[in-house]
Amino acid sequence: MSQFLPEFLQSYIPNTIQLVYLVATGFFIVGIKRLGSPATARNGNQLASFGMLLGVIITLFDQEIVSFEFIIAGVVIGSLLGAIAAKKVQMTAMPEMVAVFNGFGGGASALVAWGEFTRFAPDLFDTQSLVTTGLSILIGSITFTGSFVAFGKLKGFINGGRIALPGQNYINLTLSFAALILVGWFAYDPGSEIIFWSLFALALIIGLFTVLPIGGADMPVVISLLNSYSGIAASMAGFVLGNNLLIISGALVGAAGLILTNIMCKAMNRTLASVLFSSFGGDSAGAVADTGDRSVQQTTADDVAIQCSYAKKVVIAPGYGLAVAQAQHVLKEVASLLEDKGVTVKYGIHPVAGRMPGHMNVLLAEADVPYDQLYDMDQINPEFSSTDVVLIIGANDVVNPAAKTTVGSPIYGMPILNVDEAKRTIVFKRSMSPGYAGIDNDLFYDDKNQMFFGDAKKSLQELAAAIKELD
Amino acid sequence: MEDLIFNLFIFVLASFVGFELITKVPPTLHTPLMSGANAISGITLIGALIIAGGPESVYAQWIGFAAIVFATINVVGGFMVTDRMLEMFKKKEE
Repeated sequence: MSQFLPEFLQSYIPNTIQLVYLVATGFFIVGIKRLGSPATARNGNQLASFGMLLGVIITLFDQEIVSFEFIIAGVVIGSLLGAIAAKKVQMTAMPEMVAVFNGFGGGASALVAWGEFTRFAPDLFDTQSLVTTGLSILIGSITFTGSFVAFGKLKGFINGGRIALPGQNYINLTLSFAALILVGWFAYDPGSEIIFWSLFALALIIGLFTVLPIGGADMPVVISLLNSYSGIAASMAGFVLGNNLLIISGALVGAAGLILTNIMCKAMNRTLASVLFSSFGGDSAGAVADTGDRSVQQTTADDVAIQCSYAKKVVIAPGYGLAVAQAQHVLKEVASLLEDKGVTVKYGIHPVAGRMPGHMNVLLAEADVPYDQLYDMDQINPEFSSTDVVLIIGANDVVNPAAKTTVGSPIYGMPILNVDEAKRTIVFKRSMSPGYAGIDNDLFYDDKNQMFFGDAKKSLQELAAAIKELD
Repeated sequence: MEDLIFNLFIFVLASFVGFELITKVPPTLHTPLMSGANAISGITLIGALIIAGGPESVYAQWIGFAAIVFATINVVGGFMVTDRMLEMFKKKEE
């Protein structure tokens, strides 16, 4: 749009663009910072999106841009698709939504590097631009196919279990190594089409091969890692274009994604290496729980209603089963009824209670549960010893004491909600079937525990009715 | 070469800022945070604009067009869905 500006302003454009980029960077940093607290998060997201808008608008004044047909068409189509997807998606489907968006972002970075190469290459590209072009294509393409495989696995289009060739890990390592060599070769001989396309194809295949073997339960970690990749790919595209805003924002997201990946791994008791190279997650069909002949106590809605109504403090430990049953709203109703009776109600949320870390908080927020009633694992654990009743709804592995006591259990060492310290636990569950980890839960057989069998939504409706009848 | 070194400085320093910004975030916000950070990585849109608007080759413009579509899906969808999630986070009414 620079051609529309008067002559005397033209010479100021390049520096003005850079300064506005600097301002946009500030918005991103403050935005991410404010995303860190529930009270300021929404504003933080708005600041970041405003920074993005600033960056986009000022870029349109770049003197390199002379025609706008492709730009207008692309922005309109992309915005419409993005907006529709964002409006329509169910909150339960958030992990796959993030995966899809992320895949497009990574793909875009690969395309940007390819496009810039097509414009000026090979003659005007020096070695450093060629290397960063190669890396941008490599990382962006891996992100693209990897994210869509993750989407397919979460959505159930692709089998959530391990899909792998024999020796898949070695194949992947060899392919990754080959891809790095191709990046070097591409920089050495940028004129060769074969090498360029081999690099592109190989990168797409690596994305497929890396994510296909990973189990569905580990997908959040993978998405977080791919999110970090898409940041790095954007940063590499910034190196190719010599664009500071891309380099900085990409690096911010790349680093933030890595930290987040690490936090998630810790919460799920996994190392990144074990996520990428083994198959524990989602392999639920594998181990069949040995229930032995131990017996459990069953309970009824009326009994639970009485126990809860006369309790001082009730903690609710929700799991993904709650969301599957679409029971968040009924749960909130039960909680409100109890609060009306003067019972203190808190929600204790395990970091991986939903389908991705923090997911359960979003699902409960959707059911109008105020966030100051939501307690993280570290906050709620010291409170269980003073809790009268814990309602465990749709959760299993995250309350399994085997994580603390049984060395050799697949979940040993995983931080859990210490619900067994409470005076009474009540498990809402369809059946005695094991959770993701495929192991039996000792909590069910505990003297202090009662089982309330049935669909979570139906059970909670019965409970709500029973509490009302007590009046 | 100086360009590369200068850009590397920016890259590394920005990475440190990214690490610092995220370390203290409570688990409550991990999902919106991931989705918000993901939207920011759609910044590559800016590169896509330059490529789609450049005069050098129509071939490159088409690539740029595809890149714009991809990146705007990421940016617009990412920020909107994050806003939708965060809108629901409410404090208890007194």
